[in-house]
Amino acid sequence: MSAVAHPGKWERFFWPIVATGLMLAAWHYSVAWTGTKIFPSPHDVQKGLAELLRKHLLWSYLGDSLRRVVIGFGLACVTGIPLGLALGWYPAVNRVVNPVLQLLRPISPIAWIPVSIIFFGVGDGAAIFLIYLGALFPIVVTCVNSVSNVSSVYRRAGRNFGLSPAQLLAKVIFPAALPRILVGLRIALGIAWLVVVAAEMIAVNSGLGYLVIDSRNAGKRYDLVVAAILLIGVTGLVLDFCFRRIEGFKSVRWGFFHST
Amino acid sequence: MSLGEAAAARQAWKSKLFADGVSMAFERDGKDTPVLENISLEVGDGEFVCLLGPSGCGKSTLLSAMAGFLTPTGGEIRIDGEAVRGPDPRRIFVFQERGVFPWLTVEGNIAFGLFKLGRGERERRIRYYVKMVGLEGFEKAYPHELSGGMKQRLEVARALAVNPDMLFLDEPFGALDSITRLIMRRELLRIWEAERKTIIFVTHDIDEAVQLADRVVVLSARPARIQQIVEIDIPHPRDLSSRRYLELRDGIFQQIGLAHKV
Repeated sequence: MSAVAHPGKWERFFWPIVATGLMLAAWHYSVAWTGTKIFPSPHDVQKGLAELLRKHLLWSYLGDSLRRVVIGFGLACVTGIPLGLALGWYPAVNRVVNPVLQLLRPISPIAWIPVSIIFFGVGDGAAIFLIYLGALFPIVVTCVNSVSNVSSVYRRAGRNFGLSPAQLLAKVIFPAALPRILVGLRIALGIAWLVVVAAEMIAVNSGLGYLVIDSRNAGKRYDLVVAAILLIGVTGLVLDFCFRRIEGFKSVRWGFFHST
Repeated sequence: MSLGEAAAARQAWKSKLFADGVSMAFERDGKDTPVLENISLEVGDGEFVCLLGPSGCGKSTLLSAMAGFLTPTGGEIRIDGEAVRGPDPRRIFVFQERGVFPWLTVEGNIAFGLFKLGRGERERRIRYYVKMVGLEGFEKAYPHELSGGMKQRLEVARALAVNPDMLFLDEPFGALDSITRLIMRRELLRIWEAERKTIIFVTHDIDEAVQLADRVVVLSARPARIQQIVEIDIPHPRDLSSRRYLELRDGIFQQIGLAHKV
């Protein structure tokens, strides 16, 4: 392999650090040169973060947001994966259910906020429901597609060895579809993280989304707003990074092009 | 061969598979396109038969019907006197390529059909067939870590591990390079001589057919009909430059309508 195709280890860290540094510098100097009183400088944000730490808000808000995402996304996985597998397995049922799915799918979970508050009141339940809705549709749709895309060679081989339909689903269809399903789960997790912020702005009194809106409402603390935004970005990145580790497992790695 | 020996050979010959006037048509654009036309063929127990024909002639369709994946639109296929109603673990189909399960290790693939066996017997068979196809040391490897030839041997091992009495091989070495292909043919013959399964082997490679088979069934272009059945009366190991080999091979070349010149 050439050096161009595979950058050295130091480069993988070096360039992102350079880019981050440049961005911080650009931010710092634009605030300094324009003399704005509203938008905070990197230094203000750093002080804001320290204040959040001191008030024990940073970890508890982050924890609240993560908890909601884990529960909502987890419920979406637990219900969406079996549903998607079943719909992919029985195309006749899918033809009936699919129009409903296609109708519900493009609706932003945010549009469900009033409905979720009627159902669950203001609190965790409403936020989790929204995350669940946001993650459910991409999970179901990718599961359906990944099952119907399983190579007929694998189905035939499975049937040839005398597997019952249930065994075929568990031992052939699911593992064959798993790499594609994981891609869908990763997208769904990204959506869940987007939705939690929006849900927390309206439905609850804690979490990073609440921090954004509360800091603005309670005294226009834009240093805290930007600190919360940065936290949201970094956490989303970390979640995605963690999820990508799963793609490296040997039993699914065959399905990913970036494997070697 | 004396008359007495011929009679003895006939006595030993036991019918395994019988295709009785098999026809197959697929619907395409609202029209029925015939793929197989009135194929009648009897295969003996333990026999190695090659189905030879041009690409796209329908020979894989015939093989899929024999394996029970497709139902003929006309005629019937019987194995051991019973009509074929679907795939059966007693008869394993080996695919052209990528038939091994990429999410399972070498061991896992071989064990795939052995779920009804006890742990001890399963382990024993895995060890036996890993050794037979020369994959020792790769038991824990995944297919994407193996070469094309190794994957194909793994698929043969997975098929043999369930101790089937028939193997259907659909151009199993088609995706391999020519050197690996030669080695694989020799390996397959070695395994066949050791286990004496009935083998039906689809290929479009005339040399391959003449090197391997007891009989070569030459199929026409689509819709496939049986053009000729050629008995390859050369004992194994076959000398590929013997007069008889060249005679039989060139005969088939002519039968297919190809001048044997490039």
